[in-house]
Amino acid sequence: MKQASIPLEEYMGSGHLACQGCGATQAMRFALKALGPQTALVIPACCWAVIDGSFPHSCVQQPIYHTAFETAAVVASGLKAGLEMRGDSETTVMAWAGDGGTFDIGLQALSGAAERNEDIIYVCYDNEAYMNTGIQRSSSTPYGAWTTTTPVTNYKRRPKKNMIDIMAAHEIPYIATASTAYPHDIIRKMAKAKEIRGTKYIQIFAPCPTGWKLAPELSVKMARLGVTSKVYPMLEITENGQKLEVWKDFEPSSVREYMKPQGRFRHLTDEELDGIEREVEANWQRLLAKEKMLGSIPGLA
Amino acid sequence: MENDSSGQIRMMQGNQACAEGALAAGCRFFAGYPITPSSEIAEHLSVALPKLGGKFIQMEDEIAAMGAIIGASLAGMKSLTATSGPGFSLKQENIGYAGMAEVPCVVINVMRGGPSTGMPTLPAQMDVQQARWGSHGDRGVIVLVADSAQESYEQTIRAFNLAEKYMTPVILLLDEIVGHTTEKVIIPERSEYEIIDRKKPDLPPDKYLPYRETEDLIPVLATFGTGYKYNVTGLCHNETGFPTNDPAIIGAQIKRLTDKIIIHKKDIIRNRMVMLEDAEIAIFAYGSVARSARSALAKCREAGIKAGLFQPTVLWPFPEDDIREVAGRVKGFVVPEMNMGQMAREVERACRRDTPVHRLNRVDGQPITPGEIVDLIKGVV
Repeated sequence: MKQASIPLEEYMGSGHLACQGCGATQAMRFALKALGPQTALVIPACCWAVIDGSFPHSCVQQPIYHTAFETAAVVASGLKAGLEMRGDSETTVMAWAGDGGTFDIGLQALSGAAERNEDIIYVCYDNEAYMNTGIQRSSSTPYGAWTTTTPVTNYKRRPKKNMIDIMAAHEIPYIATASTAYPHDIIRKMAKAKEIRGTKYIQIFAPCPTGWKLAPELSVKMARLGVTSKVYPMLEITENGQKLEVWKDFEPSSVREYMKPQGRFRHLTDEELDGIEREVEANWQRLLAKEKMLGSIPGLA
Repeated sequence: MENDSSGQIRMMQGNQACAEGALAAGCRFFAGYPITPSSEIAEHLSVALPKLGGKFIQMEDEIAAMGAIIGASLAGMKSLTATSGPGFSLKQENIGYAGMAEVPCVVINVMRGGPSTGMPTLPAQMDVQQARWGSHGDRGVIVLVADSAQESYEQTIRAFNLAEKYMTPVILLLDEIVGHTTEKVIIPERSEYEIIDRKKPDLPPDKYLPYRETEDLIPVLATFGTGYKYNVTGLCHNETGFPTNDPAIIGAQIKRLTDKIIIHKKDIIRNRMVMLEDAEIAIFAYGSVARSARSALAKCREAGIKAGLFQPTVLWPFPEDDIREVAGRVKGFVVPEMNMGQMAREVERACRRDTPVHRLNRVDGQPITPGEIVDLIKGVV
């Protein structure tokens, strides 16, 4: 994994309202370090609609535009266009949404913005359910997980929606996944996105101890095991969806080691866990095959 | 399968009581989207519906949830969605569609403070006019309101009955206090309440016309998949359900959408009248505010003030005639509500300036207390 130095400047202060061990909060702290002070945030309904706190205790130094649930990407598009019309092409506009606001209700707006290649950074902090409203399933919730609307008697039996492929199909200049276990990597990818014109989509794997029924002190560990178990691959897609790079330089760990500490998977039987392991490996192999296939097509750049 | 909890006394949240009431009414399809303060309805049904052979679907957004229940209803299912302010706004187009196509379904809106995101966890009654006029176009609507977990249970059953009987979407309004208060609910015996199912066609498919004008103005829509072919559209349509540009047919159709509710308003409207016989001042209150009003009423009577309570359990059609009748007997109305006076305007309209209407409005996310109501009444009399 390529490294980047972590800026000393803090744009996120103490006093936020997140739960202990919140991955979404860690993700924001690193993202803001990479983007710097000249950044405007656009946040729809999600945990982050609450986390930054109420006056005068707001923990984020950059201005925030809290939007309606389904509109993060398009409000960011309008904000960016308005700034440009006033001659400001320097300010980075970052839409920052949860997986519900990205994979589900915000997908139409995000697709529209991406198709027009709006000059925004769109970050989805992915904690794999509607955590702010009380842990209801989203289309990002992985196969097998408990949520308050997928009780253990009817746990989720569909795979997580593949947002990365959906975004790649929009042929935007930059797509990446990141994880809160790798702050250097988040900062490098955010800084890279800042320099690219057009729509940038970054999906940050952000554990939610409350929603995952996980000990808060294991938040960063889960963010790492999710990656090293190949459940949540780290990748970058550049050249308008034509080049895929998958990070493979890690010590692999088992899917069970990742799933066992999480209460949301506790009801799964050994047989079901075996099935999930096979699916994770198959997805990984498909991803590597795709990387190889895209790399083998000459003259596309 | 039957729901077999009748006769039990249970501790339930208003939201949970809605879910249980829906099951008792025969609802077997729920499509929804998480939103505070209504999510518990979905959460409860996600566990309960599959056990009864029903279907629970968490949708990708509010619009989808509204669309899905219309589809399920056309397939013959009693269908429910639940939401709150912002979600209620998103559903409006499809609520109007269900009104136009005359597809029965129930929408529960657990009101939180607005506008916009407003106060997700705090109570309000700011959607009472939106429930009437939120969707574009002109049509009659049925909107119920509940003041407790017990009434949430009963009103949910009634909402389904009215939807099936009048072939229209029915909206049930709770406020956050009612939705989130856990209290005693006596589950009624099955013999204590009526269950109404929509009419079935009494003509063979080749003679069937879904939107044919009937005496009661209510269409008979065949369940999809039962051999009856017809068209369902949001466009103005004739009796076959196919679109038309004939002004005479369009005019009659749109007028019927209002008339089919209005001519049946005596069957729909239900009010609770408390101590109004000798009252000099009437409190008009609904939802959780009606509970403060009942307490205020007792305090007033202790203090020798002849107050009474007019509590509508149906907000739309508005109980105009009943208000008018009470207005002739009292010296004034007091209308406490958690909005800027949305129903007070209706009370004023019904009183036709003959009887003064005194407003008490809170829009700060806090409940209206009995003391506030008593103070206003003391100032008035």
